[in-house]
Amino acid sequence: MGGFPILSLMLLVPLVGAVACLLLEAQAARTVALLATLVDFALGVLLWVNFDIGGAQWQFTERHAIFSSFSYALGIDGIALVLIMLSVFLMPVCIGASWHSITKRVGEYMAAFLLMETLMIGVFAAQDLYLFYIFFEAGLIPMYLIIGIWGGDNRIYASYKFFLYTLLGSVVMLIAMLWMANQAGTTDIPTLMAYDFDPHVQTWLWLAFFASFAVKMPMYPVHTWLPDAHVQAPTAGSIILAGVLLKMGGYGFIRFSLPMFPEASAQFAPLIFALSMLAVVITSLIALVQHDMKKLIAYSSVAHMAIVTLGLFAFNVQGLEGSMIVMLSHGLVSGALFLCVGVIYDRLHTREISRYGGLSINMPRYALFFLLFTMASIGLPGTSGFVGEFLSLAGIYQVSSWVALVGTTGIILGAAYMLYLYRRVAFGEQKNADAAAMPDLDLREYLMMIPLGLAVLWMGVYPESFLAPMRQDIAALDARLARAKPAGDAKVTVGKPAAHSEAAAEGAH
Amino acid sequence: MDFAHSLRLIAPEETLSVAALILLLVSAWSGDKAARLISILSVAVLVGCMFLVAPALCSGAAGPDVTAFGGQYRADAFASFAKLLIYGAAAASLMVTPAFFARFGAMRAEYPILVLLASLGMGMMASAGDLLTLYIGLELNSLASYVLAAFLRPDGRSAESGLKYFVLGALASGILLFGVSLTYGFTGTTSFEGIATALSGGLSHGALFGIVFVLAGLAFKISAVPFHMWTPDVYEGAPTPVTTFFATASKASALALTMRVALEAFGPQAHAWQQIVVFAALASIVVGALGAIGQTNIKRLMAYSSINNVGFVLIGLAIATPQGAAAMLTYLVIYVAMSLGGFVAILMLRDGQGEPVEAISDLSGLSRTRPWLALALAMIMFSLAGIPPLFGFWGKFVVFQAAVQAGFVPLAAIGIAASVIGAFYYIKIVKVMYFDEPVDVVRGQSDWAHQVLLAAMAVFMSPLGYLLTKWLDGLATAAANVLFLHA
Repeated sequence: MGGFPILSLMLLVPLVGAVACLLLEAQAARTVALLATLVDFALGVLLWVNFDIGGAQWQFTERHAIFSSFSYALGIDGIALVLIMLSVFLMPVCIGASWHSITKRVGEYMAAFLLMETLMIGVFAAQDLYLFYIFFEAGLIPMYLIIGIWGGDNRIYASYKFFLYTLLGSVVMLIAMLWMANQAGTTDIPTLMAYDFDPHVQTWLWLAFFASFAVKMPMYPVHTWLPDAHVQAPTAGSIILAGVLLKMGGYGFIRFSLPMFPEASAQFAPLIFALSMLAVVITSLIALVQHDMKKLIAYSSVAHMAIVTLGLFAFNVQGLEGSMIVMLSHGLVSGALFLCVGVIYDRLHTREISRYGGLSINMPRYALFFLLFTMASIGLPGTSGFVGEFLSLAGIYQVSSWVALVGTTGIILGAAYMLYLYRRVAFGEQKNADAAAMPDLDLREYLMMIPLGLAVLWMGVYPESFLAPMRQDIAALDARLARAKPAGDAKVTVGKPAAHSEAAAEGAH
Repeated sequence: MDFAHSLRLIAPEETLSVAALILLLVSAWSGDKAARLISILSVAVLVGCMFLVAPALCSGAAGPDVTAFGGQYRADAFASFAKLLIYGAAAASLMVTPAFFARFGAMRAEYPILVLLASLGMGMMASAGDLLTLYIGLELNSLASYVLAAFLRPDGRSAESGLKYFVLGALASGILLFGVSLTYGFTGTTSFEGIATALSGGLSHGALFGIVFVLAGLAFKISAVPFHMWTPDVYEGAPTPVTTFFATASKASALALTMRVALEAFGPQAHAWQQIVVFAALASIVVGALGAIGQTNIKRLMAYSSINNVGFVLIGLAIATPQGAAAMLTYLVIYVAMSLGGFVAILMLRDGQGEPVEAISDLSGLSRTRPWLALALAMIMFSLAGIPPLFGFWGKFVVFQAAVQAGFVPLAAIGIAASVIGAFYYIKIVKVMYFDEPVDVVRGQSDWAHQVLLAAMAVFMSPLGYLLTKWLDGLATAAANVLFLHA
């Protein structure tokens, strides 16, 4: 690609689209938004095709020292690449999901989404600490507006909760970043990833970053903003929230906490394990008793993200790769599930599970897609969910069999609440006449479902396409973590019975 | 140091005084008919003075070459930085005035002249090299300000605000004078340099009391907690253009003066006053944020917001390093731009009859009736809350960066955590404008001067502002280094 600033272009396209949408009428704004996201997706494909697997760690770098104290530095490695791909893939789906359901203030809505896309790509592509922070934090503004303006009944409370929770988490991280930049004398992320901070200070820095990423992730017990925000956000808002925003927390752990503070990460791994185990069990049980479809999927997100954190802090290649795949898979699957909810919500305007029933009779094609994504969420082999969860749990098993045991119950409980949801919505008799009269998918909905379904199957059958770009970066991270790796509890040790008996024989002489 | 050289150095002050006197004569002869003309000329004079002071900042002027009248007056880079801000803010608040008063038929020719005189006093505060210059500048500014606050004579609130400002301002001046006398008594000099020399030997109890009283008096002027009580009443009652002037130019000059006194005169004994400033900073952040939450009047809210912002500026002072001082100046520039934008937006809020709209509830659904005004106001609110990518974030960033560099990590952590409380009421305004159903109260048309100023401030606060960071950083560092020449 030479020196072509493709990352800057990817940031610029949605931004220009956003400004244009503000000025346009509803229908024109929809078209512009769709075009901008599709162009960005095309650029993303170009990025992936041109990404040199096994080449330099950081590719497509751009660096301009145009600001005081920090520079405009972009660049991606394999981890950032796949997350950027996820973002640009989900964005056209979001615009499609809002095509008919958003009727008020369409221009502003599309502008907020396009702005969001710019900021998400910026988070994953930023190579400067402060630039990352600016992108990371700026996402609050469009998300606040999306939840607050186009959300459901309790939107105001949800938007405040989302804003203040995440802000409080992030500002503490900013202080840690200021300290790090002052100590290391640089704000360059690749340099900082190789910088060895004093292990005592790492503890504090790690906690500061944890405050931010744990809220974004979200980890138990600071996850409570998520169900509120999800339930109140419009369908597309939920897709982007679950699909990409939650990944920022995981990305933060893998980009900052682990490589920059390996000792502190090892020290706090038990905390992460404890919180993740609690999250897996508790939120899965909460999901089991939900009456609201979106809330159920929101709680299942918390449980899945707990598997991600387990894998990340396993300190081995399987765990890290598994976590990345779970993040990608969850991005696709939960996005698709929210889309499935959105499809029937658009028809009946309720998220109450009991208002539906027997949809496989009148909406057989919808039921097919819903089943596929339900199975992917459970982690059926052949879907993306299986690959990620298997790898993560295999990784954690090397560290602690107990943690792996508890983590695995998440899969069982996941099967329980997802199948229960599916049974209540798609099977059984058709109790409600209005639900029974709903038409099946139309062309627009097919166009959104099919790519998502194909991506889920692709990742399930041939995950190598997604693992290959990351392999080198994960290996580098694993090497960096090697010095702090905790000892596993299930290590097989080789005994020496033969030598023992020989010694005994000699002693008899 | 000859007299002619001194007179050359105070050219901006001379220009302002002569212009104010000439315009006063014009107004005496032609009456209120000439009010508009005098306003335009006053703006021209202020802009002209900006050109007069700018070279000192660009060349980083410092030292004896730019000291006039035997050390009483400094025309150095720091003074130049502060004056550019003061004159600029004064000019901007004059530009938005006529449209406001025209509705009441209350635009009088004295108004721009009072602003000129207040600006003159503010400039002297920023240039003070001696406690006496400090006091003369402060009083010149204050007396003009008291009159300005009560300028809308038919309005009871305006008169009340003027009276409150006067009584409490006089009290503050008294406290300050008491501190000045103690300082003079225990150091034997009124010049900042002399005080610094005397204090570097050691700190007597009397001098400590002097420092405390001087800082208390100044805390009144910058409305830092616990001397902040007058701010909401005065900001609410004074006519909005006057509030604009108070929140921008007055604030900048009082903070510049505080920096000069604390860092230059009391610099050698920084540890004696640092804890006071740390307390004032944190208390201002918290009280400003908590106080704003229950407000229903947007001008009162902006008053609490200014208390909150002073807290952040004071964090830069508390660490007493050149980086901290430079961060304060950067913050001040951004804060002045934000409050200017905020108050201009408030001036643009008018109902169908042209009456000003001040209740926050009347802003409901503004984004649907007046989308651009709402967008600008939302940007200002997010910017005041310090959310990136808006430029308000940069001000907080540099202050906390300086604090962390100086090793004040706990102070920075507490300060930034408290800033989240502030975010709550800023996003409440956004919520009212964007989430609530429209009430369609704001219908009035606004003056082009308002629109141009608001647009300019919105562009400055947008992410485009970051392109200025290098330039701003260079200027602020040059200006701040002047204060540490003797340290």
